[in-house]
Amino acid sequence: MAAVRALARGVRLGSNSIGRNRSLIFNSVQRRGIAACIDPSIGLTDEQKEFQKVAFDFAANEMAPHMAEWDLKEIFPVEAMRKAAQLGFGGIYVNPDVGGSGLSRLDTSIIFEALSTGCVSTTAYISIHNMCAWMIDTFGNNEQREKFCPDLCSMQKFASYCLTEPGSGSDAASLLTSAKLQGDHYILNGSKAFISGGGDTDVYVVMCRTGGKGPKGISCLVLEKGTPGLSFGKKEKKVGWNSQPTRAVIFEDCAVPVTNRLGAEGEGFTIAMKGLNGGRINIASCSLGAAHASVLLARDHMCVRKQFGEALSNSQFLQFKLAEMATKLVASRLLVRQAAVALQEGRPDAVSLCSMAKLFVTDECFSICNQALQIHGGYGYLKDYAVQQYVRDIRVHQILEGTNEVMRMIIARSLLTES
Amino acid sequence: MSGRVLVGVKRVIDYAVKIRVKPDRTGVVTDGVKHSMNPFCEIAVEEAVKLKEKKLVKEVVAVSCGPQQVQETIRTALAMGADRGIHVEVSGKDYETLGPLQVSKIFAALAKKEQADLIILGKQAIDDDCNQTGQMTAALLDWPQGTFASEVSFEADKLKVVREIDGGLETIKINLPAVVTADLRLNTPRYATLPNIMKAKKKKIANVKPADLGVDVCSRLEVLKVDEPPQRQAGVKVETVEDLVGKLKEAGRV
Repeated sequence: MAAVRALARGVRLGSNSIGRNRSLIFNSVQRRGIAACIDPSIGLTDEQKEFQKVAFDFAANEMAPHMAEWDLKEIFPVEAMRKAAQLGFGGIYVNPDVGGSGLSRLDTSIIFEALSTGCVSTTAYISIHNMCAWMIDTFGNNEQREKFCPDLCSMQKFASYCLTEPGSGSDAASLLTSAKLQGDHYILNGSKAFISGGGDTDVYVVMCRTGGKGPKGISCLVLEKGTPGLSFGKKEKKVGWNSQPTRAVIFEDCAVPVTNRLGAEGEGFTIAMKGLNGGRINIASCSLGAAHASVLLARDHMCVRKQFGEALSNSQFLQFKLAEMATKLVASRLLVRQAAVALQEGRPDAVSLCSMAKLFVTDECFSICNQALQIHGGYGYLKDYAVQQYVRDIRVHQILEGTNEVMRMIIARSLLTES
Repeated sequence: MSGRVLVGVKRVIDYAVKIRVKPDRTGVVTDGVKHSMNPFCEIAVEEAVKLKEKKLVKEVVAVSCGPQQVQETIRTALAMGADRGIHVEVSGKDYETLGPLQVSKIFAALAKKEQADLIILGKQAIDDDCNQTGQMTAALLDWPQGTFASEVSFEADKLKVVREIDGGLETIKINLPAVVTADLRLNTPRYATLPNIMKAKKKKIANVKPADLGVDVCSRLEVLKVDEPPQRQAGVKVETVEDLVGKLKEAGRV
């Protein structure tokens, strides 16, 4: 599939000039990572290799050629994402009976890692959408699952996860958006901040306060765009993640039927955190994809760029740099995949492992992409070269879905409260 | 009319890999190198699956010849929509020397055994670029052939094939059963969907040996030497046209 498109485009692989066409730079990276020691298909089952192949092909053909344009023009690529959904990427770990693909967390990580090489920002949004679909699938009753999941899995409708507020980020449990019961509706008042997809998406999974203070007073409600009282703030201007709009979500006497509540009152925080465990693996996987692409770009650049009479690849310092980057990449990949397995098996260490994976991998992969940019020299700073977009896009992975500081809190707590 | 289509899929070195010649010059390095389905075979599978979706054929059977690893390639075909697979086991020295003549004999035997109405192959493989298997298979079966197909359709009980030829496009009508080889513009192969990849796990791949089909896979060709293309030499700059003509005459080019 990727091969045929490349042949048809007449792309000449292996050309050796700096000023080469950007499409060559992109295409060479997504070609299923040909560099034996960092090959992401090592250790996978045949079926997982097939999933990965589809994801890499899709990334190379449908995403990578547009990655820069989507970033520059801040386009939310609805059509491309719907194409992805047709392949089953809309609800990867959602139950097949409501339109999902029913795959494991490890399969999901592999898929997002591959897709991310095509566009981190879009893949990250797809992962958030998947998280929301899973939350409704897992904690919703049959009516809710049948009402929302099929459209989400096909991406006929898009979803947003609403937890953070202007006054409560890391301290998520202190959220203030209130949901007062009136008859058979909750009346919502408050606002959410930094909501990915906000304003352009259709389904909002909102954590709000139905009870007293703290986590036990929080419930989870699902509402749809167009509900009276639901409005959005201005589109934020961001350093990266520009292919998804980010807006505040505002509730002013917004009435939501009680039948839209996922689970019981007071279960909202637990639902939110369980969603985030998977979300953290997904975000870490997106960082992995960017780092993998960046290592290949750096290596290719080193082979081509000559200074002091020889290619950069002859410089021992840069060779060592590249080796360190590759080592960190493989270590990160192994940690994420282990965390994914722990989560899907429901192991007791799953939450800590997911936090460790998110912490370690987002930090290391940012460092890898940053190094790759440095290796490109001045060219790395130009938007003609993809490496800067990987750096800008994954910088935020160290912040959202729980800051890396909060990850440390979770890990420390698990170490210190063991009896 | 059994409505059965045989599709040949070949496992080749991935098109994006930089090929390296083995130090002993007997071939190229294949160990540890990424392999995938020949791009023209992908197009062939896509066409067969499309015909099945249009209900013009009933069953698509993906066939590959080689060692254990070719099962991956058959699985990819199954994930794209083929119904079942046949793995013709050829390994070791036999596999290294396997060429169009042996493969076409295998396909001819299978076509008779499976009572196929149509064989669709890729026009050529990207490793040997032979462009022979389809033609030889048709000759062995004494079936009509529609090679370099850019369009295939059924008209009454015949097959209409638009072929890409040097002069442009040629349209022919051939009787069934027939052999068709797929060219680049025949279609754009679909992505396998996640559900189809999982369904493919349950589809059957039968194992067959060439001897069972009465085929001798001994090669009539011997590879003497494999070399890299010559390194591009630096050019020479000349001052005048007379110099240029002089140099060309020296090199025997004029």
